[in-house]
Amino acid sequence: MSLLRVENLNLAIGAVPILRNVSFGCTAGRITGLIGESGSGKSMTAYAITRLLPKGAVAGGHILLDGSDLLAKSEREMCALRGDDIGLVFQEPMTALNPVKTIGAQVAETVRLHRGATRAEAAHIARDTLNRVGLPAAQFPLNRYPHELSGGQRQRVVIAMAIALRPRLLIADEPTTALDVTTQAGILRLLKKLVAEDGMGLILISHDLGVVADMADDLVIMRHGEVVESGPTAQVFAAQAHPYTRALIRASAHQPTRDAHSGDVPLLEVQNLVRDYALPRASLFAAPGRFRAVNDVSFTLRKGENLGLVGESGCGKSTLTRAILGLEAAQGGTIAINGAPVLAGQKMPAALRRHLQVVFQDPYASFNPRHRVARLVAEPFHLLADAPRGAERAQAVAEALESVGLGAADASRYIHEFSGGQRQRIAIARALIARPELIILDEAVSALDVSIRAQILDLLADLSARFGLSYLFISHDLHVVRKITDRVMVMQAGKIVESGATEAVFAAPQHPYTAALLAAAPHLNIEAHDEALV
Amino acid sequence: MRLAPLLIGLCLVGLFTALALISLVWTPYDVQILEISNKMKPPGGANWLGTDHFGRDILSMIMVGGQVSIAVAVVAVGMGMGLGVPLGLAAAARRGGLMDELIMRGNDLVFAFPALLIAILITAIFGPSAINAIIAIGIFNIPVFARMSRGAALELWTRDFILAARVAGKGPVRISAEHILPNIANLLIVQGTIQFSLAILAEAALSYVGLGAQPPTPSWGRMLADSQTLASLAPHLVLAPGLSIVAMVLGLNMLGDALRDALDPRLNRAAK
Repeated sequence: MSLLRVENLNLAIGAVPILRNVSFGCTAGRITGLIGESGSGKSMTAYAITRLLPKGAVAGGHILLDGSDLLAKSEREMCALRGDDIGLVFQEPMTALNPVKTIGAQVAETVRLHRGATRAEAAHIARDTLNRVGLPAAQFPLNRYPHELSGGQRQRVVIAMAIALRPRLLIADEPTTALDVTTQAGILRLLKKLVAEDGMGLILISHDLGVVADMADDLVIMRHGEVVESGPTAQVFAAQAHPYTRALIRASAHQPTRDAHSGDVPLLEVQNLVRDYALPRASLFAAPGRFRAVNDVSFTLRKGENLGLVGESGCGKSTLTRAILGLEAAQGGTIAINGAPVLAGQKMPAALRRHLQVVFQDPYASFNPRHRVARLVAEPFHLLADAPRGAERAQAVAEALESVGLGAADASRYIHEFSGGQRQRIAIARALIARPELIILDEAVSALDVSIRAQILDLLADLSARFGLSYLFISHDLHVVRKITDRVMVMQAGKIVESGATEAVFAAPQHPYTAALLAAAPHLNIEAHDEALV
Repeated sequence: MRLAPLLIGLCLVGLFTALALISLVWTPYDVQILEISNKMKPPGGANWLGTDHFGRDILSMIMVGGQVSIAVAVVAVGMGMGLGVPLGLAAAARRGGLMDELIMRGNDLVFAFPALLIAILITAIFGPSAINAIIAIGIFNIPVFARMSRGAALELWTRDFILAARVAGKGPVRISAEHILPNIANLLIVQGTIQFSLAILAEAALSYVGLGAQPPTPSWGRMLADSQTLASLAPHLVLAPGLSIVAMVLGLNMLGDALRDALDPRLNRAAK
């Protein structure tokens, strides 16, 4: 008998239909993976189950929890259910916790609210729950504040809040998307353990098939507000009955066709680069401490080469990027571009800087919302003394947009009119326009859906071949790096711990950290069925 | 729906600005001539809004007083924005540096003096006049805008698109003008309308203690102050300037809100 049954759930916000005839179930003690790309309605389904819908949303159909219809309940009854029978874990552990309350108080709050427990009882339950999620009393007393914890530890607190009352159903909406791979692996293990211990049902919502494939007993695949395929995981992967399922699997494993075209001419040479940050003084008279974010890093990137840089958050890869781009002065070492060296502490001249461009991770933060696309894309022309003007400039913008698969007419539109994938194309167009030799891709595809990511990777491979571009491809995602790079470097705590030809590093990692990263990375080991066979 | 505040705001602000402008060339009666025999007339008849305790026509005084009030507010807010915003942007561009410290501590210094004290200081040195009232109110507006634009700019400086501009080789002045300023414009407009209304009230307060526009030049604030003791005897004396101030401030706020929405490309989707 299933714990939760969603039957013909329809949802509309105003006149816009969001969900159409969504039906699936979740059984106690099993994990149901809810998969879909952005806009597929997977989060809205979770909101409908918890009745935390935005204003103006109208839901039809039935959501049966143990046979009683949640959609028929009053708000007061739902308040009693949320947190007690239904637990929720959100994506962003940074914002899901109240920064001015201790972790103990936040976990205890749920207990006190629903059980009317005394302060002491609630604190006791909070302690037990934090122990269960892997935050033992010795290192994590109840009076810790969220800012004293890492992202993964915070997510554990959020999970503790959700499971404190041993709910029968836990809904986790992209619980690991904001976390590093090794942290992600830990959180997923924890969720699996809790499901087994408490016998609760878990709905694991994710855009990443790789994450869910290893975890889920059942799969529900959604697109455009409809369920396209559902069933036990093994069966879904064996049958791949719906073309969208095959497309998703294919996109996850997508390998852009690219030919290595690197020569032997060095383009970027980094030697013994050191970047220090001053720490706040420990006391009034103590000398300020120093934090070495980039520690004696040396590498060479050859013309036409795609070089990967892999590491988890805080390893110094963003600091390294900023130093290479000349945005921050280094404390030691040299950076040479085309053989012209820039010593530590020197300002990078515009003549060298024009060879470098960058594409950032967040397609929503990368553009000034008040400028039109033409002005945004043309920005790097500032670097050129002989930048084209007037009609020539418009022509250059149009060419850049067309080379990334957009139209010349898009130049007069504002950035909010574009989707995330289109914005990332515009970011690439901006990087291309001044004809640089090296583009630094700083997590450039990490925020994108798998199908969009596959398209962008194809585009990058194509552009690299057409314009003889080199990439420094920075990512925490090993599988993406594997697809697009010739060589890869692994960075840990400011140092490059391993580097070599991509395939060699992936096949036989030499450093234990590389091996740990590879082991933790979720990976889909399923081949998409050939279109012709089905 | 969304047009309503814009239209109402435009009408109110336009009406008072027009009245003030007309008064430059023509008023129903001369406000400099006292006619004691005609004093404290209720609204209606030959004097639409009645007369005050010296027998002057109130409508004419509102028109002429509008000149002073609006001019003081426009110049004072303009001065606050014109000096405060660049200072705030400069402080944000050099956050944590010596310039930031100098600008912000200078701000604190100005903030530490009440506006009235600065006004008294200035009038003690230069004598009371409308010009000095403008300067006093204007000085007090500088730190408001400096602090606000610094705070908003600091947040913007962390964004990726600023980083992209720096990769494009743009310096802090250019980035502040091209990227930061347009993105804090909505804040500035809203704060500007609030400061504008505060400036009208501040001018009224300064005139009340005799440090603003000097008699016989009328201003809304002075009219309010003069008629205060007569409020129970002839309420229209208080209501006319009081309602003028309220209507002007309300109009400005509505106009500011509507302008902010109109200037944001993200909110213009429906219009396309």
